[in-house]
Order: sequence, then structure tokens, then C-alpha cells
Amino acid sequence: MTGADAIIRCLEEEGVKYVFGYPGVAICPFYNSILSSPVETVLIRTEQNAAHAASGFFRVSGKVGVCAVTSGPGATNVLTGIATAFADSIPLICITGQVNSELIGSDVFQEADITGAAESFVKYSYLVKNVNDIPRIFKEAFHIANTGRRGPVLIDVPCDIQNAEIKKFVYPETVSMRTYKPTVRGNIVQIKKVVAELEKAHRPLICAGGGVLLSGAEAELLAFAEKKQIPVVSTMMGIGVMPTRHPLYFGMVGNNGKAYANRAMNESDLLLMVGARVADRAVNQPDLVMNNKVLIHMDVDPAEIGKNVGPTIPLVGDAKHIFEDLLAQDFTCECGGWVSVLTKYRQTMAPRRSPDPAYVDPAGFITMLSDKMEENGVYVADVGQNQIWSCGYHVVKKGKFLTSGGMGTMGYSIPAAMGAKLADKNRQVIAVCGDGSFQMSMMELATMRQHNIPVKIIVLKNNYLGMVREFQHFTYKDNYSVVDLSGSPDLEKLSSAYDMKFLRLENMEKADEILDEFLKKDESVLLECIINPMDLVR
Amino acid sequence: MKKIYSVLVENRSGVLCKVAGLFSRRCFNIDSLAVGETDDSAVSCMTIVSSGDKRTIEQIEKQLNKKLDVIKVKTFDETSSISRELLLMKVKYNKSNRREIMEICEIMEAKIVDMSKSMMLIQMCDIPERIQLFIGMFKSVSIVEVARTGTLALQKCRETE
Repeated sequence: MTGADAIIRCLEEEGVKYVFGYPGVAICPFYNSILSSPVETVLIRTEQNAAHAASGFFRVSGKVGVCAVTSGPGATNVLTGIATAFADSIPLICITGQVNSELIGSDVFQEADITGAAESFVKYSYLVKNVNDIPRIFKEAFHIANTGRRGPVLIDVPCDIQNAEIKKFVYPETVSMRTYKPTVRGNIVQIKKVVAELEKAHRPLICAGGGVLLSGAEAELLAFAEKKQIPVVSTMMGIGVMPTRHPLYFGMVGNNGKAYANRAMNESDLLLMVGARVADRAVNQPDLVMNNKVLIHMDVDPAEIGKNVGPTIPLVGDAKHIFEDLLAQDFTCECGGWVSVLTKYRQTMAPRRSPDPAYVDPAGFITMLSDKMEENGVYVADVGQNQIWSCGYHVVKKGKFLTSGGMGTMGYSIPAAMGAKLADKNRQVIAVCGDGSFQMSMMELATMRQHNIPVKIIVLKNNYLGMVREFQHFTYKDNYSVVDLSGSPDLEKLSSAYDMKFLRLENMEKADEILDEFLKKDESVLLECIINPMDLVR
Repeated sequence: MKKIYSVLVENRSGVLCKVAGLFSRRCFNIDSLAVGETDDSAVSCMTIVSSGDKRTIEQIEKQLNKKLDVIKVKTFDETSSISRELLLMKVKYNKSNRREIMEICEIMEAKIVDMSKSMMLIQMCDIPERIQLFIGMFKSVSIVEVARTGTLALQKCRETE
């Protein structure tokens, strides 16, 4: 058994179904061994998208996604995908081929110090030096990636190690690392402190981040909020923690969020931050917002607590366990009037848009799409104005909302949607992007066709890099610089080149009919929506 | 505020780079850094002196603890620890200042460990402030080379340990 065979065995032991990747000489032993394994391969068209696809796969299946690329440019290309996963705490195993061990450091063909380059974007990385370490390293890597605060793990495997004979393959049952023991259960003394504060509070608010989804704590959060009648807002990564139309849910906070969500945040006297980083886009001036309230910060990563805001009542642990423990505590929260105040804000402070009837109104369109989507459908938003409209107007029922939040990586939606579709072929998966972000990943239409992945794609086309144009509109007084997307391909012709069904929506008149046609069958469709180039998200 | 971090790490290649990289990545200061094996050859001890406000100091400790190659982090300040630094310094001398150099060394408890007809190599082990003071005394003499180890520190002995 060679090192490459051993790697494949490890993947089988971990129940891996797909490897997203792109071969090259340094990873060829691996791709040779995988031919005789039930693990399927998906040939992505650029390495960055391998990581995005693995990310989408995890976010729907809950199983760690795997990508495998070659050394040098293959490895450096995948970095943006790894950084995107890292920023959103998405677990990922990235296997990179490396030049032969004895050549490392001599700058030979396609050599890159990828463990060095990736250091600040990975939870951990390995450079395999001995073929017999492979089973232990892979066991550890999957464990590290998918426990505690989740994140990507990179395993760099020199070509000669992939070809070397392994003495004996034994996949370890357990992991023993003296340096890694994440705290999962919340400290009971701290939980009691939290309860005492909740009892005193009149205007408590839960701000849920992506950590709640990563911990699978949606049901516990919902039960807790309903039982104590505590209203909930979310960060961008937290969208989907509760159904959008739940009476206790008050939208996304932040400078791109709902005014009533931010008002709720400002007026609350107790804020329970859970699984959220308190980063700049969610809380612009944390110390200003927090000075009139008690802040309780719950996170599985102790370093997040007190990083961007303080002082707080810290509670380290996994959201699911913490909410379970909080539910077990007997206390009452007297905040009945507060929910009705917020409900009134929601009614009176809804954003007022005046859509141009000559074009598709992205807000109305996205809400209509959400209503027509299957209950558990997966909506993947890209980055740009399309993302902000998606966050603002997509209505989550029982489905999922995926996007690249922390890194804001354009081109995320199509590969992530492919991963999501492979994770559950019975679910409806829709990628919504702009014409800029679409062109960053449009090469993946070939992957969809080759591997028969029926993802539906919506392109909100405004012929601009809209988010930057909007910024230049406000900040640089309409002095537009390098945001005009003239030269973009004819999407109808492009769809036909890839044998894909094409639909176009020019204004809202036929939206109902076209959307029905778009959603009718489980097939790949590209729907182009013509947006007013001057439309703004705010 | 100055803090000393005594960081036990796995003695593997690349670990120094990861820890030092963490400081630069997060814009934490490193005033001094010294690394060496401990009694267990699989474990190295990194002594890092850093400064910053309360939140920064707390973050440094938390971020260090997050690194998977870090076994243990102890944070303490100068008053609760014994710290030492080793200095090696080469100076040029002549007849007129030889006596003076020897006197300074005697007063400061430094040792002349090597010499030629025109050069002396001086060794001194002391707290960083006194090392600094000692180097200052030689400003008027011609300093050829200076090498310092950076601070090493351990917490003072306590009966509860």
C-alpha cells in the first residue's frame, strides 16, 4: 500500500463521498489511487472553487468537505478558498501535492511553500514527512477541522511520500493531542451569572451569528427564544438561525442590515452575542453600541470574547450545549412589552424602495423567489449588491442561506451551490450572483455539465460592479473608476454553449411566470434579470 | 504595560515561525524573544516579552493558546519573575582605556572571556536594564559587535507549586 492509497483509505474511513479538485504532477499518485475507490472526484475548473465547493458541501451535509490540488500554482490558487472558509469557520480538508521531499527548498518546478503561505488562514497545517504518519495526520486533521471553532486544515504531501510504501495501515480510533482540547460545555458558574442578568433585564436581545448554525443549535435557540420570549437578530452569517418571518426574529444587523434590527440592538439593555465575532460590518462601533448595556458573549473560541468589544460576561462553549443548559435553568424573563415595541419598529421602519418599473426590482424579485422556493431550499448568495439584497429580502423558511460573509469572496455562489447540490441532490439549490461575481466563476458551468449537477443560477445584471459603483457614488461623487462591465458575454449565447436552459426577465411584469418556469424542473437554468444600473442597496 | 509570556511549544520545525507570525499578523509587539529546548527534548520554551494595553495582553495570551503547537502559556510581569539576559560584546581597546574597561567590568560583574592585542570580548549575564546600562557605559569606547540573547524568565518560586 502506497501513501496515496493510504490517503484514500483515510478518506473512506471518514466517509468522504466527493473530492473536489484539479490534478497536476505532484498530486498524480493520489488521483491514480482514487480511481479504484468509491470516493468520487469532481473536476473543478479552477482551484479556488474546489475549496468553495467543499464549503458548500459541508454547509448542507454537515460533513467535512475535501479538496485536492497540485503543488505550486494549484496550491496558491486554492488559498483564497481556504481563507474564505477560515473567515467563516467552515471546516475543510485541503490536500496539496508537493514536490519530492529532497527537493523542498530548492525552488524547483511548481514548488511553493504552501504551509508557510497558508499559515494565517488555516486552523492547522501539516507537511507530511513520513509516509507512516498518514493515518494519524488524517485522523487528527478531520478532528481538528470539525471540532471546537471549525476551520480549514491543510495537508501538504510530497510526491515521493505519496509513492512510498506504508508499513502497516491502521486508522486510529481516537485522537490524542495534548495541545488541543476545545471547551464545549459552558461553565455552570458563568451560566448562572447569565441567568441572573437575564432575570434583571427588561430589554434583552439575542444576536446570533454563524456559530449557531455551525453548532446546529437552531432548534435550541428557537426553543429558548420562544420559552423566554426574547427577540432575536442575526449577523449576515447567522441568517437562517430562525425562519425570517418568525414573530421573534428581527432581521440582520449591521451597516447593511435592517434599521429596526440595529435599533433593537441600540435600545436593548442586555445583549446576548452568540457565535458572532462582533466584526466591523455587524457592529460598526462596538464600544459605542455596548456602553449602555450588559453584554454577554458566548463563543466556542475564547479568543473571540473581548477581542473586538469588552468588558463582557464571557461564556465559552458550543452554542447547542449552552442553550440546552440555559433551557434547563428555571427563571423568568419579564420583557413582554419589549417584543411589541420591536414589532412596531419592524412595521414602521421597513425600508422604503421606489422600484423603477422598467427593470427588475431586486428586492421584490428576491422575496417572490423565496416564496416560490421549496421549504428546505438552499439559497446561495454571492458578494456585491446581490448579496445585500439577498440578505435583506430573501425569506428563509426551513432552508439554508449560504454566502461568504467574513472574507466577502466574489465568485463563491456557483461553486458553493454545486457542493450544496451534491450534498443533497433532493434539495433545490439556487445561486444568486451579480454579473461581476458570475464572471468570476462562470467556468464552473462546465463542471456542472460534466458532472450533471443541476444548480439553478440567477444573474442580477446591471453592467456594473454595483457595490463599488454605489460606494463611488456616495464617497467619490459619482466619479466611477473601473466599475463598468462592458464587454461581458451574451449570457444567452453562453448558456447555449454549455447546453444550459436560459431565461431572461426584463421587468417585474412576467416575474411570476418566468420564476415558475425557472423552478419547474430539477435542472440547470440560467436566469438573467435586468436590474437598473443605478439601483442602490440603501 | 509590559508582560512576559513563557510559552511551552512542541519542538517541531516551523513552530517558531507560527508563533512569531501570530505576533506580526495581529500587530502585537515583540520586545524580545528567546527560544530553547526544555528538559524534555520534545518541548521548547519560548520566552516572549511584549507590551500593550490590557485587552491586547489578554488577546496575546488567548491567541497563543489557540495555536495547536502551543502546550501551555504562562503570563507574568517582571516583579513576579526572575529574568536574565546574556550579553556578548566585542570592544576595541588601547593602553589608555584598558584599565577603565576592566574597572567597569568589575563593578558591573561582567567577565572578559577573550582578548587579542586590540580587542576584548566581554560577557555579562544580568537583568535587561543592567545590560542596557552596561552597553551605555561603552558608548565612548569603540564597540565592534554586540549579541544579546533576549530575556529569559521564570516565575519566582512559590511554596504552592
